[in-house]
Formats: sequence, structure tokens, C-alpha cells
Amino acid sequence: MKACGPVNQLIYEFESRNGNKTLGSLKIENIRKSFGQVDVLKGIDLEVKDGEFVIFVGPSGCGKSTLLRVIAGLEDATSGDILIDGKKVNNTPPAKRGIAMVFQTYALYPHLSVRDNMGLGLKQAGKPAYEIKERIGIASNMLSLGDYLERRPAELSGGQRQRVAIGRAIVREPQLFLFDEPLSNLDAALRVNTRIEIARLHRQLKATMIYVTHDQVEAMTLADKIVVLNRGRIEQVGSPMALYNSPQTVFVAGFIGSPQMNLIDATKLGQSGAKTIGIRPEHIQVSKTSGEWKGSVIHVEHLGADTIIYLQTDFGPLTVRLFGEHNYDVDGVLYATPDAGRTYRFDNEGQVIKA
Amino acid sequence: MAKPTASPVRTGLVHLALIIYTLIALFPVFLTVINSFKDRSSIFRDPLGLPTPSTFSLIGYQTVLGQGDFVLYFQNSFIVTGVSIFFVLLFGAMAAFALSEYRFRGNTLMGLYLALGIMIPIRLGTVAILQGMVAAGLVNTLTALILVYTAQGLPLAVFILTEFMQTVSDDLKNAGRIDGLSEYSIFFRLVLPLVRPAMATVAVFTMIPIWNDLWFPLILAPSDATKTVTLGSQVFIGQFVTNWNAVLAALTLAIVPVLVLYLIFSRQLIRGITSGAVK
Repeated sequence: MKACGPVNQLIYEFESRNGNKTLGSLKIENIRKSFGQVDVLKGIDLEVKDGEFVIFVGPSGCGKSTLLRVIAGLEDATSGDILIDGKKVNNTPPAKRGIAMVFQTYALYPHLSVRDNMGLGLKQAGKPAYEIKERIGIASNMLSLGDYLERRPAELSGGQRQRVAIGRAIVREPQLFLFDEPLSNLDAALRVNTRIEIARLHRQLKATMIYVTHDQVEAMTLADKIVVLNRGRIEQVGSPMALYNSPQTVFVAGFIGSPQMNLIDATKLGQSGAKTIGIRPEHIQVSKTSGEWKGSVIHVEHLGADTIIYLQTDFGPLTVRLFGEHNYDVDGVLYATPDAGRTYRFDNEGQVIKA
Repeated sequence: MAKPTASPVRTGLVHLALIIYTLIALFPVFLTVINSFKDRSSIFRDPLGLPTPSTFSLIGYQTVLGQGDFVLYFQNSFIVTGVSIFFVLLFGAMAAFALSEYRFRGNTLMGLYLALGIMIPIRLGTVAILQGMVAAGLVNTLTALILVYTAQGLPLAVFILTEFMQTVSDDLKNAGRIDGLSEYSIFFRLVLPLVRPAMATVAVFTMIPIWNDLWFPLILAPSDATKTVTLGSQVFIGQFVTNWNAVLAALTLAIVPVLVLYLIFSRQLIRGITSGAVK
């Protein structure tokens, strides 16, 4: 979908009517959440500026969805404060927080048409009919949903349903958009398209967006700022490239980047002063004749643009990513050499050791 | 790929078993209906024969409808069954929603307590119920029957509906909360339409025992003004003489409303399955 003339006009109206209303900052202060004996969030502090696209990423059970639900007001925090646009909203119901949420399962109302799905929230808020109609018009134009307004969710494809869910969020003109793994129910091709669409929406609406995913590719491609969560704590906050280039902990180093960073026991390499040595697969060169580490080829994956080689070495498995096409025989001997200055050293607590 | 088809012999045997079962289940109904259209002597002479021009008779229906009270009995049965189903579904669904949606102390215990009634027949408490109704001045009222039947139907309703409500997506309810729906709106406008198939099942399971019950009408509301159809039919069964024409005609008439209600609910059953809220 291209942003053509009339759509730009609509977006202009959308922005000008809202003034600064679509912009919202978020501040989270020492949020804790326990379910019975289980501590899911163990003290989260975070600040999100107006118009930022922030992504919470982490493995299953790290608390990222719970944190999003606490921000939305669907769960109460055990302790701590949530401030949206500088106002404490701990006791404000979800509908009054100025937020909109897009769910993984779309969560469209099955018995309502697309139009009523998008309009329900505004109707509940007591907005006049002409305004509801106008806002639905704008949102459905932005998302090319104009032809489907009278249909029921059951009559739409997965991608269209997700667009309706996003449209339902847009018409609310929230200060804060919350996305809970919105792409994980879509197939691969649609996922890429919808990802681009969300990025475009963020540029057009200039709204603050918080997005939860377990897919680091989504996180790297969409975010201004990534928040890596692990076991209910924030591991690191930073831009995608900051996380890639200077991970602060072993966890972040292993989580960001694909294929995963090689994490090698330092003692096996005979290095002292560190517990773990990290080296990304793309920062290793191989040679058939000489090199720092000797290994035998276990498996080779040809991806066209990349070739990924799995080696077995004296200190364990090693993954190497080469650009372009390369042919190596399985069981053959290869020597691997890490790029100078591209290795990371981590201490016993998993913290990075500054060189 | 077409799915592998079972061998014709196998399918044939399955159908045969089902047909035999259907015939056995329908046979008493069939007997009741055909004999209700015959005169008294041919009922006894040839109970399995279809009504022929010479044996055809509407005497049973004339007797039943001529009694006049039967319209009232039908009305009573309708009121008692209808209102009881309404309350069972309403309160059952509300309790089920609370049990499945909210985390609170004693949730599981409460669920078990509410389901206890499935295992203990309400008739065990007849004497206490009668005493209670007498004390409350509700004997010989339809209210008494409605109260008892609502209590009787609730355990199963809560049990079945709780299971179903757990399958309604949390995201959908949360979307409603973000859109500003109250908990009541979420219950009535989002959850209830989605569990309609389960509601229809519960309605059918609740309806049939109530409509057919003889026990409580006989004990709690035997007065002429509050008789139900089942109790009303008993006037034709005497200690020495039984007016079979009238009994069979009354029973045939009593089948019709249940059949109609069942058809309505079974259509709901199918319609509920075709909604597509969540992938």
C-alpha cells in the first residue's frame, strides 16, 4: 500500500486534529508483579519518550507480555508506578489510560462487522456518530480496509483481520499503542508485509508504540529502542545496533543476532581473566590450511546469500557464517580464525568485561 | 489429498448400529402416536397396527381438549419450563463466568461446591423443600416449581459452562476492557454469544427433565390451577379404569412443544460453531 495524495491529506488531518494528543511518554518505576509465590517481574524501571518505537523482546516466560498487560491496566502490578504522559495511572481502568492494544489473536468481536469492531470503543466513550464515522474512514483508508467495512471477521483473511485489529487501535487515537506479538499468527510472507506496514504507520502517526515479540528479527527491524528482558528483569536497553555491537551481558549477546553468537568456555581456550568468550559467526574466517582453531565440519547450510558451517572443535561446537556460496565437505578439516577486536569477554556474573 | 475413506462394510455396520439404536429409541414414541389416533378397542386388539379408516378415531384428543383445563396445564408447563431454563442459563452462565474469569481465593472449592448438586439428587430433599415451601406460603404456586427446577438445573449448567467459558479467548475479553466495556457488557455482549452452543446444550439437558417431571408438581403444586401437563394426564389413569385414548393423546400433545424447543436449540448449536473470532 502506497501513501498517495488523498491518504496523505487524511493523515495530515488526523495529525492536526490531534495536535500533540497522539504523543505520549511512558515511565515505569520499579514495577513488580507476582502471581502467588512466583515473581514474574522483579523490579522494572523504564522510560519511553514521546513517539518512540520500543520493543520488548525476550524468551518465553521472561515477563514481557505481563509487563505489557500491566502497562495496559489488564493486570495490576504488585508494586510500583506507571506514568503515562506524566500522570500516574495505577488505578485508572484500561479504557481511560489513552492506550490501544493489538493482540496476537486479533481478538476481533466475531459478531460485529469491521466497522462496528473499529467503532465500538468510540461508541463506548460516547463520541458523536459523525466523528466515529470520520475516524473509521481515515483508519480504513490508511489500511486499505474500505471495501471490507461491512464484513464480519470470519469473512476476512488472517492479514485482513490483523489490519482490522490495527485499525481498531488507530481510531482510538491513543497516546500509546501496545502490540502483543501481533505478527506471530501470520505466515512468513504476510509477516514481512505487515512489519513494513507497522513501521510506516509509526512514521506517519508519530505515536509512541510498545511492541512485544520473541522474534529478534522483528525487534531489530522495527525498534528505535529494544528492551531485552530475561527472567523478569531488564538485561539491557538500547538501539538495535548498540545491542548487536556492544552487548552488556552474555544473555543479550546470545539472544541478539542470528545465528547465535558462539559462547566458548574461556578456560578451554586457555584464556584467563574471563569466564566466557563470545564471537559472532559472521566474525570468523575459515581456511583449509591454517588458522587459530582447528575443527571438523559437521554440517553445512547453503542459504544462497550466506553459507553457515557447523564445526566441531577441541573446545566444542563452533558456528561460522560466510557470505556468498562456499563448498566444504562434511567431515573435512577447517581452520577458523576470529576477526581481531570482534570478540567479547564476559565475567563470572555474565557481565561484559570492557577491553 | 482426500482423507482415506473407510471401507464400505465398516461404514455400513456403523450405520446399521445407529439405525437400530434410532429405531429402538423411537419405537415407544411411535407406538404412543399411532395408538392415540385409534379407537379404544383397536388399541387393545392390535396395538402395533397403524390407524386404518375403520379404526381411526380422534376420541382421545376430543376428551383431552374437551376437558378444557388442558390448555391451562400446557400453559403452566410452558411457564415453569421456560422461566426455569431462563434462570438456569442466566445464573449458571454468570457463575461460570466468575469461576472461569476471576482469580480469587477458594475458586476451585466454590466450583466443586456448585457442581456437588450433579451427584446428589434434589429429590432427596423433598421433605425439607416441602416444609420450606409451606413455611414460605408457596405451595400450589408455579413459583415453587420454578425455584426447585432452577436449583435442580444449576449444578450441571455451571459445570458445563465453566468448561466452555475457559475456551473463550482472554484477548477478546481484554480487547473489550480496553474498548471500555464494563464486565457486564463483556459477559453479555462478548462471552455469551460465543458460548451459545454450550448454552443450547445446557438448555436441552435442563428442559427435558423439567417438562417430564411428575414428582414435584404432584407434591408442591397439585392444585387444578397449577397442574402441569404430565400431572394433568394422570387424571385419565384411574385405579381401576384407564382412559388410554386420552392418556396417549395427552402424551402425544406433550411431545410437540419439546420437539419444537429442541429443534430451535439444535439450530443454535450449529450456528454457534460457525463463528470465527480468533484464529
